[in-house]
Formats: sequence, structure tokens, C-alpha cells
Amino acid sequence: MTRDALTEDLLRELAPQVLGVLARRFGDFATAEDAVQEALLAAATQWPRDGRPGNPRGWLIQVAYRRMVELVRGEQARRAREDLAARREPADRRSVPAAEAQLDADRDDTLVLLLLCCHPALSSASAIALTLRAVGGLGTAEIARAFLVPEPTMAQRISRAKQRIRDSGTPFRMPAAADLTARLASVLHVLYLVFTEGHVASSGDRLHRLDLAHEAIRLTRALHARLPDDSEVTGLLALMLLTEARSAARTGPSGELVPLAEQDRGRWDAAAIAEGVALVTRALPRGPVGPYQVQAAIAALHDEAPSAEATDWPQILALYEVLEGLSGSPVVALNRAVASAMVHGAAAGLAALAALDDEARLADHHRLHAARAHLYEMAGDPDRAVSHYRSAAALTASLPEQRYLLMRAARLS
Amino acid sequence: MLLMQFSAAGTDFPSIHTWTPEEIRAHIGFMGEVNAKLVADGEWVDGQGLAGPAQAKIVRAGAGGAPVVTEGPFAETKEFLAGYWIVDTDTPERAVEIAAWVSTAPGPGGEPLNMPIEVHPVMSAPAQDG
Repeated sequence: MTRDALTEDLLRELAPQVLGVLARRFGDFATAEDAVQEALLAAATQWPRDGRPGNPRGWLIQVAYRRMVELVRGEQARRAREDLAARREPADRRSVPAAEAQLDADRDDTLVLLLLCCHPALSSASAIALTLRAVGGLGTAEIARAFLVPEPTMAQRISRAKQRIRDSGTPFRMPAAADLTARLASVLHVLYLVFTEGHVASSGDRLHRLDLAHEAIRLTRALHARLPDDSEVTGLLALMLLTEARSAARTGPSGELVPLAEQDRGRWDAAAIAEGVALVTRALPRGPVGPYQVQAAIAALHDEAPSAEATDWPQILALYEVLEGLSGSPVVALNRAVASAMVHGAAAGLAALAALDDEARLADHHRLHAARAHLYEMAGDPDRAVSHYRSAAALTASLPEQRYLLMRAARLS
Repeated sequence: MLLMQFSAAGTDFPSIHTWTPEEIRAHIGFMGEVNAKLVADGEWVDGQGLAGPAQAKIVRAGAGGAPVVTEGPFAETKEFLAGYWIVDTDTPERAVEIAAWVSTAPGPGGEPLNMPIEVHPVMSAPAQDG
């Protein structure tokens, strides 16, 4: 790892801590976030050139604090907003007193920030962008590239998200215990979305693209470090590790998708699997059992099977039944149908899929066609399989998946 | 802008549904090479493959500006946009060169498809005076 990469890692780790200090002192999360971004940029250019300061965190707080005072002053000059101005520092205080910096250094606001950036008032897209910038310490340009949108578009998305948080009047502090569960659920959902986005291969410029799956794992690790006893947080981290462990084997030489059953298991990441399995094994008995733990347990069973044939399908089927009870999602029902085919044969799976035909949320969903195609193929009915593979290919919005489905059809016809 | 537009009139190769897995794989590999090369040469701006016509919709403004949506599939049109690239080239000739290269994507039997690629200049702001 180069020194610059080390600097980058350190900055990303410090970003939420510095932001927490400023947001608390000024009571203005949105402006503090801008100030921290500028301090991060200054550090990224100066540290590799001039060497790292003895107290990197103190340096960042100092620089961000000064910038914050300037921003606040500029804003006050533009419009004297009494309600905010009353809570703000007098403009002549230009530096952080040492004693306060010391006090601030003992705080850890990463969790508070995650809860704020994943606020239910925000759309998923806004929450994702804001979380990556404010908690992940990433720059707007980087986030924009990761989602293949122009930088001004992403900048707008982030500033709208901050405006919404401002308008909602959510204070910068831990929510009451009664709200925490619901608020944490939206954090997990946002982190999961960042992760799955990282798994969607894009046809475009993949050079210099941020690895969103890794970023999601990093943020989930940070959350897990702060809530080590929350079994759903643990479950989500395990699910990510167990899924990411297979990533090297997911694509073939020309970028085509390789399905789980055909992957070269020697290319799976054994260390990630071991860690994921250990996490989920610890979380499950603790309860309450939630959907992320169950999905992690399913992923663990796949990852631990020495070959596709050796997969413990009866156990996976049992877990999908549990998951269906927890989530009621039609996609889960679909996966359960496929698992039941693996246990009881293709006919049983097709019968289970037939029960989903009236499910409005699955009507014309490519996954229903794809699952049906797989089961017809299993049942030795290539004609029906081909026609469903083609329907699925026409309905998917994922290019690699579309190609995979066309290949399956081509193989049979 | 390079458009991969398929139409009954201009497309004289068999549908991808009739290709073998190897032929499809070679085609995908070629497209990946094209993208990587455009990126490496600093000519890539954007490029996307588009979902099939079954997922497309036609939208018009109706009463009061409310959207009136006509669903696909566009069975009658027999014409659909499969994907596009936006490239930034020094000369218009270079864009034509890239289009010709894309056109040679392999199809059945590994033979070049020589598919029609439309090249459209993207309009820009007027030049600054003085």
C-alpha cells in the first residue's frame, strides 16, 4: 500500500469523528459537513507532500473548525438567521481551545452520523450519497463516478439530502431507545443497498471506480464495532463478507456471469468465509433472529459446501421458510421455490412457483421467468426452459444478467 | 454519439437468440474490449446497453401535463435502440473510425456482423466571441 493510500484510509476513518465534533459544537450538520470535506481535501493534498502531522485528528478538527467559522460568517452576512445565529459561536473565535479538543477527542459520533444520514425522511438514493460522503469521507466526484452520474448531479443530491435533514429538525444526537430499532433498520437497509450496488457490474468505465462493496463492508464494520451485541448488525456484516467472498469467481474471462453452481470454489476467499461464518454463528443463538442473519446463514451454507452437489439444500430450504415468515417478500418465496426444487425435485419447485403467479409484485419480473426456466431445464423440458430464459432476458435491466440468460437459452436450443 | 439501432430494414443478421453460447461469449468479449480501449484512449464519455423493447414505455403529456404512458412491446415498430456510446474524439473522422470498429462485432461463426451504427454529433454551446 502506498503512503497516499494509507493517508486516504486514515482520512476516511477520521472523517466521521471530525464531523461529529463540529456538528455538535455548531449545531449545524449541513455546514459542518461542507467544512469537513474541505479539510479532508486539504489533508489529502498536503500530508503526502509535507508529511503527516503528529495529531492528524487534531489537525483536521482545527482546519475544519476555521473553515466552519468562515462558512458560518459568510452565511450570516448573507442572511442573518436569528434562530441559528443564536446557537453559534461568536465570529471572533478562530481556533479550538486545547482543552475542548481533548474532550471532543473522546467522543465517537459515527453511529449518530449513520443514523442521521440514513434518516427515513430521505430517499434511498439521497441517504446512500450522504452516508458515503459524511460517514465514509468520500468526495463527491468519487461517489458520482461510482454511480455513473455527473458530479453536479451528485452534488445536488447530497445538498438536497442535507436540506431535508435540516428541514426535518432532527437533532444531532442519539435517538431515544424507542426509536432506535426503526432508525437502525434504515441504516442497515442503506448499507445493504450500497453493497448490492457494488455487486451490479456495469458496462461502462470500471477503471477508477470506487469499490462500493468494500466501502459498504467498511462502514458496516464500523457500525458493528459500535454495536457488537446487535445480532442484525452482525448478520448484515456476515452476509456481506460471505457474499463478497465469492466475487472473484462470479465473472468469467469475458466478463460473463458465472452462476453459483458453476463457480470455481477454489477462487473463493477462505478468510472472508471464515470470518463471516464465525460472525453468523455467534449472532444466531443470541436472537432475536432477523432477516440479515438468516440470509447470512444461507450464504454460509453455500460457502461451506465443498461442491455444488454437496450443498445442504434441506437446511437452506428450512432457512428460506424462516425468512419468508420474517419478510413476506415475493422474491424470498421465489428463492424458497428454487430451494424446494433442489430438495424435492423440479416438479415441486414448479408447483411452488405456480403459486406465485398471482403475486402482483412479481408479474413480469425477470426473476420469476429465470427461476422457471432453470426448473424446466432441471425437469428435462428444454423448449419451455428456452422460452422462459428468453422472456427473462427481455425483462431484466442488468446487462450481464441478460447475457447470461441468453447464453443459457443458446446452450439449450 | 454512436447508436446501435436495430431495425427490420437495416439489420441483416440472425437474432442473437439463434447464436451458440460461444458466439455470444465472443460478442460480449469484443464489446468489453471496445469499452476498455475507449477508456484507455481517453475517448470514453458514456455508454450504456439498453433494456429490451419489452421494458420500454412511450410517454406523452396528457390533460394538465399528467403523463400518459403507452407500454411496449413495440411489436409494430420492429426498431429498437440496443445501446449507445458517447465518445469524445479530436475529429469527426475518428468517431466514424470507432463506429466502423464497433460495427465489426463478431456474430454467428465469429464473422463480423457489420451492423449499422449511427453516428450523431452532439450539439454544443456556441463558441465564445472574442
